[in-house]
Amino acid sequence: MTELAPTVDLIINSRRRRAGRHAVLLALLIAVVLALFGITLSVGQSFTPPVEVIRVLIGQDLPGTSFTVAQLRLPRAVLSILAGMCFGLGGVAFQVMLRNPLASPDIIGITSGAGAAAVFAIVVLSMTGPMVSILAVAAGLCVAVLVYGLSFRNGIAGTRLILVGIGMSAMLQSVIAYILSSAPAWSLQEAMRWLTGSVNGAQLSQALPLFLALVLFGGLLLSRTRDLEALQLGDDTAAALGVRVATTRMLIIVCAVGMIATATAVTGPIAFVAFLAGPIAARIVRGNGSLLLPSALVGAILVLAGDYVGQLLLPSRYPVGVVTGALGAPYLIFLIVRVNRTGGSL
Amino acid sequence: MTGIHETSDRRWVSAARSNRVRSLWFAGLIVVLALLLALSVTIGTRNVDWSDISAALGGMQDTIGQAAIALRIPRTVLALLAGASLGLAGAIMQGVTRNPLADPGILGVNMGASLAVVTGVAWFGMSSAHAYIWTAIAGAGCTAVFVYTIGSLGRGGATPLKLALAGAATSIALASLAIAVVLPRGDIAGGIQSWQIGGVGGATYGRIVPVMPFLAAGFAISLLSARKLNSLALGDELAAGLGERVAVARAIASLGAILLCGATTAVCGPISFLGLVVPHLCRTLIGVDYRWLLPFSAVGGAGLLLGADILGRIVARPGEIDVGIVTALIGAPFFIWIVRRQRVREL
Amino acid sequence: MTTHSFAANRLSAGYDDREILQDLDLTISPGKITVIVGANACGKSTLLRTMSRLIFPRQGQVLLDGKSIHQTPSRKLARTLGLLPQSPVAPEGITVADLVSRGRHPHQSLFSRWTRQDDEAVDSALAATKTFDLAERPVDELSGGQRQRVWIAMALAQQTDILLLDEPTTFLDINHQIEVLDLLTDLNRARGTTVVMVLHDLNLAARYADYLVAMTEGRVHAFGTPEDVLTEDMVRQVFGLESRIITDPISARPIMLPIGRHRMASNETAHVTEKEEKRL
Repeated sequence: MTELAPTVDLIINSRRRRAGRHAVLLALLIAVVLALFGITLSVGQSFTPPVEVIRVLIGQDLPGTSFTVAQLRLPRAVLSILAGMCFGLGGVAFQVMLRNPLASPDIIGITSGAGAAAVFAIVVLSMTGPMVSILAVAAGLCVAVLVYGLSFRNGIAGTRLILVGIGMSAMLQSVIAYILSSAPAWSLQEAMRWLTGSVNGAQLSQALPLFLALVLFGGLLLSRTRDLEALQLGDDTAAALGVRVATTRMLIIVCAVGMIATATAVTGPIAFVAFLAGPIAARIVRGNGSLLLPSALVGAILVLAGDYVGQLLLPSRYPVGVVTGALGAPYLIFLIVRVNRTGGSL
Repeated sequence: MTGIHETSDRRWVSAARSNRVRSLWFAGLIVVLALLLALSVTIGTRNVDWSDISAALGGMQDTIGQAAIALRIPRTVLALLAGASLGLAGAIMQGVTRNPLADPGILGVNMGASLAVVTGVAWFGMSSAHAYIWTAIAGAGCTAVFVYTIGSLGRGGATPLKLALAGAATSIALASLAIAVVLPRGDIAGGIQSWQIGGVGGATYGRIVPVMPFLAAGFAISLLSARKLNSLALGDELAAGLGERVAVARAIASLGAILLCGATTAVCGPISFLGLVVPHLCRTLIGVDYRWLLPFSAVGGAGLLLGADILGRIVARPGEIDVGIVTALIGAPFFIWIVRRQRVREL
Repeated sequence: MTTHSFAANRLSAGYDDREILQDLDLTISPGKITVIVGANACGKSTLLRTMSRLIFPRQGQVLLDGKSIHQTPSRKLARTLGLLPQSPVAPEGITVADLVSRGRHPHQSLFSRWTRQDDEAVDSALAATKTFDLAERPVDELSGGQRQRVWIAMALAQQTDILLLDEPTTFLDINHQIEVLDLLTDLNRARGTTVVMVLHDLNLAARYADYLVAMTEGRVHAFGTPEDVLTEDMVRQVFGLESRIITDPISARPIMLPIGRHRMASNETAHVTEKEEKRL
């Protein structure tokens, strides 16, 4: 038995090393988020020294600076982070559960459903505020249930789910286009928000529903990390390991949809964030632990950076959705090529 | 050995009957199409009577009623041509990719054509009809090649799922790029909607005529590819074994489809799902022989688009719903239904 | 290893509207290797999947220690019953050690941390399958045989008393097939694990099985030791094939020699033509 002891220690050490690397990577990602947050707050059309930024944040009133930082930049930055985390976490949950990085909520109609409900509420029913979010979540859940139900035939085949989702998404996109086109007084800015997503005109009051969704749904999702990891191995293997596949799937879907729909109701469907956060996180984390938190952080980074680039670094001012959509395309294509070539999954 | 003769006789008889059935169906379709043509001319936001109709068809535009009809005729013609093109293109795409879920919209081809035109207008100040058409065709072609290449990498080649995903992802990317191109240009941004959703409203002969040679070429190439598509349906290896040059066949057939899609999108904007639904419906009527399926898809497509346009005009009086939206709203559930019927393997 | 009774009782099950298993009864002998054989689409995989709770039976039950498995909580069941399905999926880039440790899932709940027992289970699973040297390598880079051993290691880390395997040797080269089957025999002998597997190859099945189950059209056609089950009559009825059964000189088990229409040593030809005539 003494021969057995050293090899067990090797196992333990290798596991601890993996956990250590994971912690380091998480810390790194958090640092990047904070850094971007700081930059967004101080470097804009005008430069605000970090010291002044901090003073505004703790509540001091500096005329001029307060407005810029607290009213313009802060809500944008906070919303970007929260929405980014929601999209990232929701997106990766779907991708891991369906074992295909191309099976993202953007693609299978969840975002379109939430967007359609939000557009409908705002344009046709003239609603504002939290009611829009609630409607969007309800719509997102309905779409998820519909897609799930329509693809159910003696069990869920991931392929069928994705295809049904694509069909649903196309239908809802046309609904959005119709509603937007039949409201001629609608400004182009608003149309852009609902077609590709933007954080323009952000207000801190909008951050609350996002925060709640993140804590509630995100927390629930994180509690299922182990089950999600088992699902990666295939439905059969997961079931063999004792995971209640159908129930777990449903829970994951509810949580993911809750987060994504809430975010969509506030910012519109920011293109590609849900799609890309997971794969990017996977390349960073590289087999060292769970993808959930890293994806949330990557999502936040994408939205923060995308908005910054769109507002300040391009010849014209673009909403964040256009930036992530247009700049995300090459990476997306690279991803598809890689996935198809290796037949891999997240 | 008498057994074999009997079987072959029976097969001959059943084939002849089948052809007769198909011809009957075809005749039926033509009748339906004629009816729809008539409906399209008569129905609209303004009610007109028979005298106006016959006068307008004769070319007179004196009364308001006749003028209204005079507007509807080119619209009807465009719907006819666009529907036939898209139905035919869809059938070809399904044949070339051996994928029951192929459609110019799903594969992003229409979006590619749109983006090309939008870019041409915004960056190069394009304005001539010919420029539009050539650009749209180029965009459609590049996107088709791109999506197919990506979708066929890896194990299993171009499975329906991989193609659909590649197409969906590409569509999103292209739509974002289109918005990125248009946004800074306040002058053309108002027209953005027409490049995201297609329609046949506001059609004039001035817009239809330039595109006719392209459509004619597309039709010709497509209809002549019927035999090749039949061979391709057996699978690449078998088709090659039967003497078909697979790559060439695919390229030629695709060329036909791309000409049709590109030209149609240049005039109408992107219309999705028609190319998906029509071949499936036709297949249930007359089977999988492309020599029949292609003409059927053309006629069926024309009818369906006309029907969708008429529906859009009736349902939303006094306004109208663009045909691109109607086809999406009807076509998407159909797409889902097709997916449910297929047996798919676990990912 | 505790002994469990494991049986299928009047089982009817299938997919969509197709009923594949028809009123099937089967008792698995504890601590033995049972192999299920049969022609394609006879229901072998369906039987295994129903007995591992992946499929819900239309009628009948699967009983583990007298209790229906569909009424046992899934995590509890997973500590006794392990399954290696036909096409397991390995996430990209996962290492062997990580994959094997996933097998500990049924022993861990939401708040439990990784215990020494878990690590020891992983370690002994790696040792038993001789995959310890591969521990840090990504699973995608392994050969077919190595990968299959790793999947078996994951099932081992689960530390179940019963192990079900759905065609564990398909797609493997012959040397890897023998490797895997020898490994499963080691397990059975050393730990007393009850092994139930579906195999395609009749002869390997006859060699490695303690009990053989021949299935046809959703029912058990024959059940017993390989000597009892592997007969010329069984092969004819289940596979529609003429054959000759002799004793394998290497393992002293029955071995099936198929008889077709060609390539016969001359004194066999007349024998066959008679049989063919009778069938026509």
